Amino acid sequence: MLNSSLQQLGSALRAKKISSVELTQLYLDRIAALNPALNAYITTHAETSLAQARAADARLSGGTAQALTGIPIAQKDIFCAKGWRTTCGSKMLENFVAPYDAHVIGQFNSAGAVNLGKTNMDEFAMGSSNETSYFGAVKNPWDQNAVPGGSSGGSACAVAARLCAAATGTDTGGSIRQPAALCGISGLKPTYGTVSRYGMIAFASSLDQAGPMARSAEDLALLLNTMAGFDERDSTSLQRDKEDYARDLSKPLTGLRIGLPKEFFAEGLSSDVGKAVETAIAEYKKLGASIVEISLPNSKLSVPVYYVLAPAEASSNLSRFDGVRYGYRAPDYTDLADMYEKSRAQGFGAEVKRRIMIGTYVLSHGYYDAYYLQAQKIRRLIAQDFTDAFKQCDIIIGPTSPSTAFKLGEKGDDPVQMYLSDIYTIAVNLAGLPGMSIPCGFGAANMPVGLQIIGNYFAEAHMLNAAHQYQLATDWHVRTPNGI
Amino acid sequence: MFLANADVRKVARLARLAMDETEIEAARTQLSGIFALIAEMQAVDTQGIAPMSHAQDVAQRLREDIVTEANQRELFQSIAPQVEAGLYLVPQVIE
Repeated sequence: MLNSSLQQLGSALRAKKISSVELTQLYLDRIAALNPALNAYITTHAETSLAQARAADARLSGGTAQALTGIPIAQKDIFCAKGWRTTCGSKMLENFVAPYDAHVIGQFNSAGAVNLGKTNMDEFAMGSSNETSYFGAVKNPWDQNAVPGGSSGGSACAVAARLCAAATGTDTGGSIRQPAALCGISGLKPTYGTVSRYGMIAFASSLDQAGPMARSAEDLALLLNTMAGFDERDSTSLQRDKEDYARDLSKPLTGLRIGLPKEFFAEGLSSDVGKAVETAIAEYKKLGASIVEISLPNSKLSVPVYYVLAPAEASSNLSRFDGVRYGYRAPDYTDLADMYEKSRAQGFGAEVKRRIMIGTYVLSHGYYDAYYLQAQKIRRLIAQDFTDAFKQCDIIIGPTSPSTAFKLGEKGDDPVQMYLSDIYTIAVNLAGLPGMSIPCGFGAANMPVGLQIIGNYFAEAHMLNAAHQYQLATDWHVRTPNGI
Repeated sequence: MFLANADVRKVARLARLAMDETEIEAARTQLSGIFALIAEMQAVDTQGIAPMSHAQDVAQRLREDIVTEANQRELFQSIAPQVEAGLYLVPQVIE
């Protein structure tokens, strides 16, 4: 049951081979046994999950079930879920019980899915290792001394350790793809504007995008069908016709043109990751694809550009945490300004404060043109590189992350080194393109390697097709960590 | 680029973050490293390039100026640090 696809689980539930209550209890028991070591979940609430499962079972009996009815899903703790504690990995929101549902949560609720709990994450999604969480680091199920990646590390760990059937994540600079790569699972960041940001706690609004994390491309397609769609409550939500992201899964890859950006295979890429990616490229050739070398000359600027734009937007978004309407308030203060300053100083962790300060600085008087405006201009150059590249190829393939999972604490004192672990993922967010990561082998110390697939705007169905055909020909995505 | 402690102190005040001198010094070192990374941007010629604020070129949607949310004052205030008689309490700001 733990290794069944979502489609198989759905069929088993509809055929009454298992009930949603039984399935939910199976996962709750696994969480109780394994989560103390892995720390993938911040909050579980068995009673609420089981009540949803009972409602799903009634719906399954009533014949009104949909594809995901009764399936237990883990939700990243960045999504507000009514009545659920929603912390965003921060002391600031340690006791925040969301008074409403995020659009994504509402979509899963309408589909009859079961909310299994809220997964751990880097504080306010700022991190690439899950070590900035106020609730402690998540462990990588392949090696508990290694990081799971971040910021959606709890979701990636939960999927890899079979502590849920599937999970949600969000990706601002690689936060779905990098942990998916480091934990050996599949994850998709859709085109910006595809999934509503309503009720998703904001980090950098022009980059933030929610997406599914699961064991296979086939599962991702099913989840994205539920998550995607226009929502008038998000001013950047795109008005497009509803599409079936699974529609192209079974198409052959004959004639597919794959672009390999030479910048993604240059200095900085670990040899073990490079080797696994090369093997995957050879597999794609066997499946009928042709290879084109492309260039993304401005992609090397994506890290500096990102570390201007994302902190600038974050400093503005996080100004709402003032200890007045919700969230942490310092116990002692002398006046209003002191209350703001102490509540924020005590409520936010070091990395969040660092990014608020970068953002405040680059937006401050006299620096706006030199930093913020310059970064926005280079952002256009980065996006233009992709537009040019997609004239020569259908999808772009490369590594998701320059190395496999690093050890806990290894990069803790050096923010710049940590930022560079997102070097291949950030440009995709800046351009607003869809990107995904799928397992493509193992590197040194038997740690998973992720293959990144980047598509043109709205090419999710095409990318999922390329990923699914690869997963039919290989078995990397079905491997499980020892002891799982 | 090198930041001085005075720059960090000013930014911390603008960002409403209380910081003592030890934290200011630590932040200065780390922020200087990050700004050295960011400085790579400065050499790029961007003359004539329009800034890109959003990934898709879409216009801001407008909606009718009507109330769409129900009043849930009690629910929303139930998660506030301090409320009284339906009002949020903060330290006195007017003598």
